[in-house]
Amino acid sequence: MNIIVCIKQVPDTTQVRIDPVTNTLIREGVQSIINPFDMYAIEEGVRLKEKYGGKTTVISMGPPQADAALREAISMGCDEACLVSDRAFAGSDTLATGYTLAMAIRKLKDYDIILCGKQASDGDTAQVGPGIATQLDIPQVTYVKKIEDVKDNHATVERMTEEGFEIVRTSLPCLLTVVKEINEPRIPSLKGRMKAKKAEILSWKAIDLDLEEEKLGLKGSPTWVSKIFTPPPRPKGHILEGDPEETTTKIIEALKDRLI
Amino acid sequence: MDYLLTEEQVMLRDLCRQITDEKITPIAAQLDKSEEFPWEVVKVMAESDIFGVYIEEKYGGMGGGLLELCIATEEFSRGCAGIALAFSATALGTDPILLFGSEEQKEKYLPSIAAGKRLAAFAITEPAAGSDASAMQTTAKKDGDHYILNGTKHFITNGGEAEIYTVVAMTNKDRGARGASIFIVEKGTPGFTFGKKEDKLGIRGSATRELIFTDCRVPKENMIGKEGQGFLIAMKTFDMSRPGIGAQAVGIAQGAFEASVKYAKERKQFGKSISSFQGIQFMLADMATQIEAARALIYASARQIDAGSTKTVSKDSSMAKLFASDVAMKVTTDAVQIFGGYGYMKEYPVEKYMRDAKITQIYEGTNQIQRNIIALNLIKETSKS
Ligand SMILES: Cc1cc2nc3c(=O)[nH]c(=O)nc-3n(C[C@H](O)[C@H](O)[C@H](O)COP(=O)(O)OP(=O)(O)OC[C@H]3O[C@@H](n4cnc5c(N)ncnc54)[C@H](O)[C@@H]3O)c2cc1C
Repeated sequence: MNIIVCIKQVPDTTQVRIDPVTNTLIREGVQSIINPFDMYAIEEGVRLKEKYGGKTTVISMGPPQADAALREAISMGCDEACLVSDRAFAGSDTLATGYTLAMAIRKLKDYDIILCGKQASDGDTAQVGPGIATQLDIPQVTYVKKIEDVKDNHATVERMTEEGFEIVRTSLPCLLTVVKEINEPRIPSLKGRMKAKKAEILSWKAIDLDLEEEKLGLKGSPTWVSKIFTPPPRPKGHILEGDPEETTTKIIEALKDRLI
Repeated sequence: MDYLLTEEQVMLRDLCRQITDEKITPIAAQLDKSEEFPWEVVKVMAESDIFGVYIEEKYGGMGGGLLELCIATEEFSRGCAGIALAFSATALGTDPILLFGSEEQKEKYLPSIAAGKRLAAFAITEPAAGSDASAMQTTAKKDGDHYILNGTKHFITNGGEAEIYTVVAMTNKDRGARGASIFIVEKGTPGFTFGKKEDKLGIRGSATRELIFTDCRVPKENMIGKEGQGFLIAMKTFDMSRPGIGAQAVGIAQGAFEASVKYAKERKQFGKSISSFQGIQFMLADMATQIEAARALIYASARQIDAGSTKTVSKDSSMAKLFASDVAMKVTTDAVQIFGGYGYMKEYPVEKYMRDAKITQIYEGTNQIQRNIIALNLIKETSKS
């Protein structure tokens, strides 16, 4: 079985602050890490390979520094890594990113399961995974908390919903986005770390992929970030006390006051 | 200080630090209370290839040496010295095999130890034979292709939990120190049972237990080295293992120190953080300096042994163990002082560091015995020239 894991390098959000004047992230001195949700995707990708045999390839679109994230994935047990990096991709929104990654995955060929984290901790959109599946025209299951079984060219998975979970059977190839309930990512072993240090990382630029230029980077991105800010803390609620009849009247009046 | 570690050694240190922060520190206080053996952590260490760091690659290890062992021990002990012992006491039990084991013994035992599948332990101490190991009562009598062991070892780290025991016993009592031999005894061998498990002041996440041998038949292939070499092997084992105890001490001190700096910056009295008081600052400065000096001595002695320079090894490794353990006791006591009344409470981590530090002055030769070794060697050295 061939598994592909998509990962993103993000600033360690536990360290990130926003500059109140410029409304941009203060990145200085902030460490880059693998998007925490992607760690579960990597772990699951490695477990699938250990259980069913095959190969796990990790792929990332990002700046050259994302090399470190890919090496970390190798140290956890991924077999191969691919970095998709080009200035032409700068400013990509989720649509352009999904497109670019899908084209790179198409070039990797023969895949059975594509794994993504449920969302990235910096953008929190949860759109790139589904975007890739759409571009590749394959089924997708989001918020997967357990892969029950993979056989007969089908995967049976449990997907989280607000009320509980659903059991979904899907044909392969498919794309799954995973939640943190799915596993506990391993600590990379010493041998894994040594292997990762020496590993050759496949590196693709825009010209290596069969891409339509207008779908890339800023040009291919219908959405853009106009402002980042820390939302003001939610104001304290007001509690009405007294007997129900009285308080109900008060509520209705308060609502009327606000023209609702 | 930059100890000019290789890239691999830095990688090892970072890995052990991650294991410590994620898996050891969070459960240290709980195991201190429950005295449970840290099997969960052992599993993580094993999967991370840590048990093989000081074992040759051909036996499944990572091919490092004593310095690697010390780096790992120090990092783990920073989180919990008791938990760290599952690893470092296994190294102690393995040392006789590494140093004097036959090729067959190495092939038989080292791979499973390197993989962390089996823990080891070393047993020399007896109720009436502590500092004076030659007073040992346990005997091994030859009987055809076997030796028959009888006697009791006590205070054995990893006792009951380990699968592989290297045990010193008298094969010829009349020959005194030259009459001891050392055997590999596997858990489950008929006649080999476990006695009392100790309730200790510190390192409570480590098992310390009695080993009882009653007509326990051990195949003669399990003897390490030759008959009569038991004490020699034990002494060489201690030469190798003392820097490891020192590393444990440095780790304990480092953990207590880090907690102290953090607390001193946070705790406010007289309207200021207590770290602004010179009385506290000087304590912190002394702690840091002593730790660095201890670490430098440990790394230097470990590197010397790894390089094969053994001329003054007994003295040097004794100095390293002696100094580092005294530093650990001093630093952890001061850490409790910096925490004030809070430091005395189990809710805060420093009283545990202080309890854990004490053992490093006692085992693998008390610090009085270390001073004896140092003095004896330096008198010998000076009388030669
Ligand atoms: C938690 C723990 C774990 C241990 N793990 C192991 C293990 O894995 N394997 C193992 O074999 N042993 C182990 N030991 C035993 C340990 O090595 C001994 O306890 C230690 O060597 C001291 O022996 P003793 O307790 O009999 O003290 P004693 O030898 O009775 O010493 C009592 C006091 O007398 C002093 N003293 C003794 N002789 C002299 C002298 N000649 N000059 C000056 N002072 C002297 C000592 O320094 C000490 O202060 C462990 C002990 C403990 C407490």
